[in-house]
Amino acid sequence: MSSIRSNNIIVWNAPDHRENRRTLVREPNMATDTERAVLHVALIGNPNTGKSTLFGALSGVRQRVGNYPGVTVEKKLGTFRHRGRHFQLIDLPGTYSLAPRSPDEMVTVDVLLGRQVDVTPPDVVLCIVDASNLQRNLYLVSQVLELGLRTILVLNMVDVAHDRGMEIDPARLQRQLGIPVVPMQAHRGIGVDELKAAMCSLSGACFESPPSPFPEPFRREVAQLAKLVKTGANGAPPAAIPRYLAERLLLDTSGYLERRFGASHDNAIGVHVRAARMRLAEAGCAVPAVEATARYAWVGRVLDGVVTRQPRHRATLTDRVDRVLTHRVWGTVVFAALMVAMFQSVFRGAIPLMDMIDGAIGLIAQRAEALVPTGALGSLLVDGLIAGVGGVLVFLPQIVILFFFIGVLEDCGYMARAAFLTDRLMVRAGLSGKSFIPLLSSFACAIPGIMATRVIENRRDRLTTILVAPLMSCSARLPVYTVLIAAFIPRRRYFGGLIDLQAVVLLSMYLLGMAAAVIVALVLKRTVLRGAPPPFVMELPTYKWPSPSVVLHRMLDRGWAFVRRAGTLIVCVSIVIWAMLYYPHDASRVEAPYQAQRAAIEEQLAAISESAPVRATLEQRRARIEDEIAGAYQRQSILGRMGRWVEPVVKPLGWDWRIGCAAIASFPAREVVVATLGVIYNLGSNLDVEAEGDTTRLALALRRATWEGTDRPVYNVPVALSIMVFFALCAQCAATLVVIQRETASWRWPLFTFAYMTTFAYLGALVTYQVGMLLI
Amino acid sequence: MRTLDELKRVASRQARVVEVLGDDEIALRLLEMGLTPGVEVTFVGTAPLGDPLELELRGYRLSVRKREAERIVVDPLE
Repeated sequence: MSSIRSNNIIVWNAPDHRENRRTLVREPNMATDTERAVLHVALIGNPNTGKSTLFGALSGVRQRVGNYPGVTVEKKLGTFRHRGRHFQLIDLPGTYSLAPRSPDEMVTVDVLLGRQVDVTPPDVVLCIVDASNLQRNLYLVSQVLELGLRTILVLNMVDVAHDRGMEIDPARLQRQLGIPVVPMQAHRGIGVDELKAAMCSLSGACFESPPSPFPEPFRREVAQLAKLVKTGANGAPPAAIPRYLAERLLLDTSGYLERRFGASHDNAIGVHVRAARMRLAEAGCAVPAVEATARYAWVGRVLDGVVTRQPRHRATLTDRVDRVLTHRVWGTVVFAALMVAMFQSVFRGAIPLMDMIDGAIGLIAQRAEALVPTGALGSLLVDGLIAGVGGVLVFLPQIVILFFFIGVLEDCGYMARAAFLTDRLMVRAGLSGKSFIPLLSSFACAIPGIMATRVIENRRDRLTTILVAPLMSCSARLPVYTVLIAAFIPRRRYFGGLIDLQAVVLLSMYLLGMAAAVIVALVLKRTVLRGAPPPFVMELPTYKWPSPSVVLHRMLDRGWAFVRRAGTLIVCVSIVIWAMLYYPHDASRVEAPYQAQRAAIEEQLAAISESAPVRATLEQRRARIEDEIAGAYQRQSILGRMGRWVEPVVKPLGWDWRIGCAAIASFPAREVVVATLGVIYNLGSNLDVEAEGDTTRLALALRRATWEGTDRPVYNVPVALSIMVFFALCAQCAATLVVIQRETASWRWPLFTFAYMTTFAYLGALVTYQVGMLLI
Repeated sequence: MRTLDELKRVASRQARVVEVLGDDEIALRLLEMGLTPGVEVTFVGTAPLGDPLELELRGYRLSVRKREAERIVVDPLE
């Protein structure tokens, strides 16, 4: 790797202010870099180049993840040391091109140009490329080089290139490119030390970027425009914009950069930009084609003689695998099998782990109950805090399992094929194939589903997917469906047992959510998220074995991100709901009617021997009284009273105040509605809906329930259906809303989700009940 | 002269790009991904539902929708 240091293009000199600088020169910092404590390194590259692997190989576990203010881009930082120097590494989002057309894409350019408020300007840029796909990867390199930053080309996946019959001459590439080139196999850690050494030796150098690849007329226009536009980033006094931004201003036909730099239809900048584009079109350099033509021509020159191809004797592994995986029949079969396996693992495979977490939380709660005196504090600790923490942790198995699959699919190159195979289907809902896996996962749980939308680059598509994901019937809705179907839908079979009425009702609930999602997606894409359909121009990467460390890291990273960033808020919501169910807790008023009964049983229990046969009956009666007291407390609580206030609102749905109360109490999580109904109907809170007996007990209680003060039953088939429809469509899941807030970096979208879903749910339940009553 | 989506009817399934029509995001993306005038493209196949298409150019595989491929004017190679 000695050739790196003997590079003749890197200029090791003091800043002399030469008059005829061809191109932008970045001044070395006033203090020499060796005196500075930390060297700041930015990592950029195309998707599928092993960028995350390199980031992991360099910074190990010392990583921090955050957000840039005001955008949805994730900020990933890592640190490492090499020969006594501290490095801080910033991982920029994978991209094919530095052509910002939105605030999210602008972040990368702002970080690199040192214009991002919360990021130190980078001293060195690592540009990672896929050695087996150099032409397209060098397009981005050509843009990065124009920024005038010290850049190192990381030539990753040289082994893959070799396997595909390509021999690359790194020394020649380095000569023709004018920057250090480090061959690498990031997944095996080969080349990492050489890269660190290259960073150390480069950091003090003065860097002269290669000449602009653009034709002369374009360069002239850029120079003129750069003089005209002044900008002051980070509150600095206005100065001429960097050359690269002037280029982008001319090239960006979306209008984003014009707005950003204060150009309008009739001011000087706007008029100048439009006139310049006209002049360029006449000179044969039409925008935006001139950029790609010029840069790919540059790439051709840089790669001249660098890659030697062996004549292809056989189809590559990718070709052969791909022939099966994108085959009309086999491709579909493999895809369906994979999706079923993934879905089943998230949906069912997570259950033992979730039960373990539930069990552990239960044990801790028991211990805590024994340690802390009963009363407000004990209840806060057990029913508020511990239950809330349990409510967060219980999502972890599903998140970790889903991201295991996503990690494997992404790292082996199948993720893009999944989008390729399903695109046609999703286009009908106004989305693209990239939304398929997030939405499919949402049938297990919307939380990992929403977290998986990060693969969708287009902001409007991603938001639409996030906003409809909670409409997919998740596993938390199942208990609600199971209980109500068991209680009210007759076990009837049609067509010789082929069709089961209960199953039909269950399926309808799933279809209802899907239909609502399609409608909402189509409406959103025509209203608030209107815009031209984003391109589906997507690389289908070569297949490779997934790297266990990348997959493992992916799982842990997502799981931890959820706990850390969403956990606190979810616990807070649980505590608020706990307080509303606990207070005012007027013991004397609530317990008085039961005092005599309870005392009598206690007396009898004390009188009989330990082994008396009536003991069990008496203990059962005591437990029933405790359940009744718990029910009385709940009915007297703030939430119970709210249930009464909302009765006029929910009456048109066929609900009495108890159902209203249970619906409100289920705001933290839908499945809570079952436990709440259990408490309201004096069955205690420890109902297990998976146990046949408990489901039957609740079903019986529901069938017996009457409107208060009458003997008219509350529940009939339309009421049961109206509750199911409500829970199929409502947004009663605090964790989902919190995750939407985290992923969109705004409270507007979770509020919007809650509002539209609750409206849908109410109207859906209303129509179901009213129409149902007409039919029976 | 044909557009790229018609390439499956060409025996060789290969063509040279003449130009990409339009100046919007889709045109820009097609250009950025390497579909510049003069480059050779091979039509690999379509997804099971008939759309999108799979192409090979510059030594890698690219997926584009039919509507996007209609923007790409090509000169088939025989």
